[in-house]
Amino acid sequence: MNRNNLGLIAVAAVLVVVSLVLGSRREGAKFTGADEQVMAVVTTLQPDYQPWFSPIWQPPSSEVEGLLFALQAAFGAGVLGYYLGLRRGQSKSNSQSQSRQPDRVDAGD
Amino acid sequence: MHIAEGFLPPLHAAAWTVVALPFVIAGARRANRLMQDQPQTKLLLAASGAFAFVLSALKLPSVTGSCSHATGAGLGAILFGPSVMALLGTVVLLFQALLLAHGGLTTLGANVFSLAIVGPWVAYGLLRGTQRLHAPLAVSVFLAAMLGDMATYTVTACQLALAFPDPASGIAGSFIKFISVFAPTQLPLAMIEGLLTVVIVNLLRQYSQDELRDLQTFSRWPAVEAPS
Repeated sequence: MNRNNLGLIAVAAVLVVVSLVLGSRREGAKFTGADEQVMAVVTTLQPDYQPWFSPIWQPPSSEVEGLLFALQAAFGAGVLGYYLGLRRGQSKSNSQSQSRQPDRVDAGD
Repeated sequence: MHIAEGFLPPLHAAAWTVVALPFVIAGARRANRLMQDQPQTKLLLAASGAFAFVLSALKLPSVTGSCSHATGAGLGAILFGPSVMALLGTVVLLFQALLLAHGGLTTLGANVFSLAIVGPWVAYGLLRGTQRLHAPLAVSVFLAAMLGDMATYTVTACQLALAFPDPASGIAGSFIKFISVFAPTQLPLAMIEGLLTVVIVNLLRQYSQDELRDLQTFSRWPAVEAPS
């Protein structure tokens, strides 16, 4: 991981923290999903609107929901990390085998 | 955020499904052809999908005092072209609709259209456009991913405005109401998505040169020297 990337990740982290701090200063900040706010706008525009279909299955609690979101993130991060690690290892071993002296023979592995 | 289950009237829900379907089919065909012609890029395709999985699972706090999440759809679009993302984005949305009650089956077409079609096309178009203007690659990628994310939420606001016009000010007034909830919430998150996409692209240019060379979208892009 080079310095540039660490810097970019640091800026992203700062953005999250600044958002959290600025957000919590706002009145009535509960950090619920923006979805709910939007659906509230729908209700003000059309007070009699009723959702005509409800989810087939809902996580029974916010804990279970958190579990599933965490699983989704963990699965994605796992695949992404596997891929990047694999390529990093491959490109390292490639550049090593290229720079190796032709007359030097490794004594066994 | 996606439009919740049942929150588009049946006619609108059906119309967006019909609009989105050909893009998803084309995306599936494109992905299929890609795996046959360039099987060596299969892992990178999986990694791009994985990036979208991670970003859409992380609900981040925003300056408005509410939470939303990024899309992660820009990365795959700039690597593989926008049509493949129609398929990958649909997979993510389907997962969230079925297991998390986030988004929905009736609103799947509308959500696919905004997140998996318009967002990726905007990202791809911005990448090509800014590259033609010789912008630095990192700037191009940042703008593409960030504005692709914003485009998704602008489309969502349009879709809601079309379905729920304001009794007094019509569709335009309703659009302003919806976008004023989305835009300030999404802006910092879209910037975060832009930054993280640049990080991944940097890593790919460092370690995945072979695959990037195989993908036409990246063919003219210079490698990043590995730090010594």
